[in-house]
Amino acid sequence: MTTRIDTRFAELKAEGRAAFVTFLMAGDPDLATSLEIIKALPKAGADIIEIGMPFTDPMADGPAIQAAGLRALKAGTTLKKTLKMVRAFRAGDNVTPLVLMGYYNPIYIYGVDRFLVDAKAAGVDGLIIVDLPPEEDAELCLPAMKAGLNFIRLATPTTDDKRLPAVLANTSGFVYYVSITGITGSGSADSTEVGAAVARIKRHTNLPVCVGFGIRTPEAAHDIAQHANGAVVGSALVDALRASLDAEGRATGKTVSAVVDLVASLAQGVRGARQAAE
Amino acid sequence: MNSALPNSFRSGPDETGHFGIFGGRFVAETLMPLILDLEKAYADAKADPSFQAEMNGYLKDYVGRPSPLYFAERLTEHLGGAKIYFKREELNHTGSHKVNNVLGQIMVARRMGKERIIAETGAGQHGVATATLCARFGLECFVYMGAVDVERQQPNVIRMEMLGAKVIPVQSGSRTLKDAMNDALRDWVTNVHNTFYCIGTVAGPHPYPMMVRDFQSIIGTETRAQMQEAEGRLPDSLVACIGGGSNAMGLFHPFLDDPSVEIFGVEAAGHGLTNLHAASIAGGRPGVLHGNRTYLLMDEDGQIQDAHSISAGLDYPGIGPEHSWLHETGRVTYLSATDDEALAAFQLLSRLEGIIPALEPAHAIAKVMDLAPKRPKDHLMVVNLSGRGDKDIPQVADILRGAKS
Repeated sequence: MTTRIDTRFAELKAEGRAAFVTFLMAGDPDLATSLEIIKALPKAGADIIEIGMPFTDPMADGPAIQAAGLRALKAGTTLKKTLKMVRAFRAGDNVTPLVLMGYYNPIYIYGVDRFLVDAKAAGVDGLIIVDLPPEEDAELCLPAMKAGLNFIRLATPTTDDKRLPAVLANTSGFVYYVSITGITGSGSADSTEVGAAVARIKRHTNLPVCVGFGIRTPEAAHDIAQHANGAVVGSALVDALRASLDAEGRATGKTVSAVVDLVASLAQGVRGARQAAE
Repeated sequence: MNSALPNSFRSGPDETGHFGIFGGRFVAETLMPLILDLEKAYADAKADPSFQAEMNGYLKDYVGRPSPLYFAERLTEHLGGAKIYFKREELNHTGSHKVNNVLGQIMVARRMGKERIIAETGAGQHGVATATLCARFGLECFVYMGAVDVERQQPNVIRMEMLGAKVIPVQSGSRTLKDAMNDALRDWVTNVHNTFYCIGTVAGPHPYPMMVRDFQSIIGTETRAQMQEAEGRLPDSLVACIGGGSNAMGLFHPFLDDPSVEIFGVEAAGHGLTNLHAASIAGGRPGVLHGNRTYLLMDEDGQIQDAHSISAGLDYPGIGPEHSWLHETGRVTYLSATDDEALAAFQLLSRLEGIIPALEPAHAIAKVMDLAPKRPKDHLMVVNLSGRGDKDIPQVADILRGAKS
């Protein structure tokens, strides 16, 4: 089975550059604005789109993404509406890979089997579920693989060589390397250390390795893109979105462009970096 | 309820940390290696007689165990039914059962070479116990506490600070225990290399629910022996309040395989079960939060709902996973008591027995007031008096003054 994610990485490999992966929260600050932004991302230079599924208790996220989730929930976002938004995006774009990222409980309550059917039908390509380590693979990872969705695992600085094979065993699409021990939006990654970590993971897998957490500027994205197959930016985009809102947290005329302009400049950073020979 | 009942109710969890479908290890990858290390460190400690011997020494001379099993003569007369005994956990050093668990975990943390301890707290009892043992063993201590709880449990905030701990008020979400646990988990993810997370109840990822239960089981083990001495037999029923459920699990666990013993857990029904409350079993369903699958209060989209209880220690939208399993197997009966019932019990106990209970066990007393009159005079009922009410005096005084004006 080849997903849009696999296809995209094959294309990028041919181009000799890394992927620029964006993260935004579904329904932040409202579903209509959120859809408008997501539709504009591929043209602005996003190679892969991650969409957060809002959750009340995001235990691995920092203040920026916590607040984004709460704005989305306040605007009435549910998992059902998130999938509807994905369908609307897919109607106009059948190539850009789309990954849903979040926590397990909303999926568990939706019903795993029904969720996988609906997500696949909506045009989702992969899932990143923060609170499902390999020890809980039977919950969602194995059913997702069977349903034809990539289950993208997080590897972290605490994932040592002994544990890596377990983490990589049922991973597909790409590996998401969390470059710091910490929550989203905190700290910044040292690109030399990241390079060493990516090399270490690549000794265990042929999958692309994308790096996230702590990348906020085109320069940082450029540095990371020299060492990895992709750079993920989330909190910086969410911060730009928040800065464009009015005092009540509602979208303004500047909201879409605030995010899309930042995506374009970050994409330049990534595209300027030549990929080291594999 | 289930067709296949287990041979023993005391053999869980399985090696993947499950009690039936409940429990598990639903945590971020960053924490997973540490959780596996902790599982191993705890298994090693459990098998090491010197660990148990050292712990027993501190339990006796520092905590003041065993805690008495006291015949509550006037409450018994007043209710006119079952013979009521109190397991006096409120007499422990630091004023609640929480110290039993904290002592155990701090000793495990020391074996693991961790020097920085974090904890979440609701009423502040777990925070005080953690601050106390960190002071005793010279460890750095950070306690996450919801900003609402910081306000309503000031005496405990002051105690923690006097003991040298740093109390961090949590401003996210409902600013109570659930949010304190989120922020403690975020701290842990960030400082995983040198930090031990001392969880205060029988919840969180495996091995915490098992480990905390084991450390609290001294409550039930002592109760068995003390009741044998007092009455020459087992008790007929046990009653304990439940937030996460550690004092209840500690009392219940040694009796789970004695079918003659009726067991009652009491959740916090807040303003009533059709209103704001904290009764996860009565008003929730299975979901995944804070590292485990268990009964949770949530909406139809799986978003966690805010709990409400007058008692900060019960103000949590979940419950330990082993309780969820004991509910589904039918071994334990889960009841609930409202804020008003707990307040009435708080006042009754203060006047009748000269014991001012914490608002948490006042919920258990409230249900004893229902259960005891319906049982014969030779029925032996044990209620876990899990904490003392000193911390609640300003809050209760405000409520009672407000009710009069």
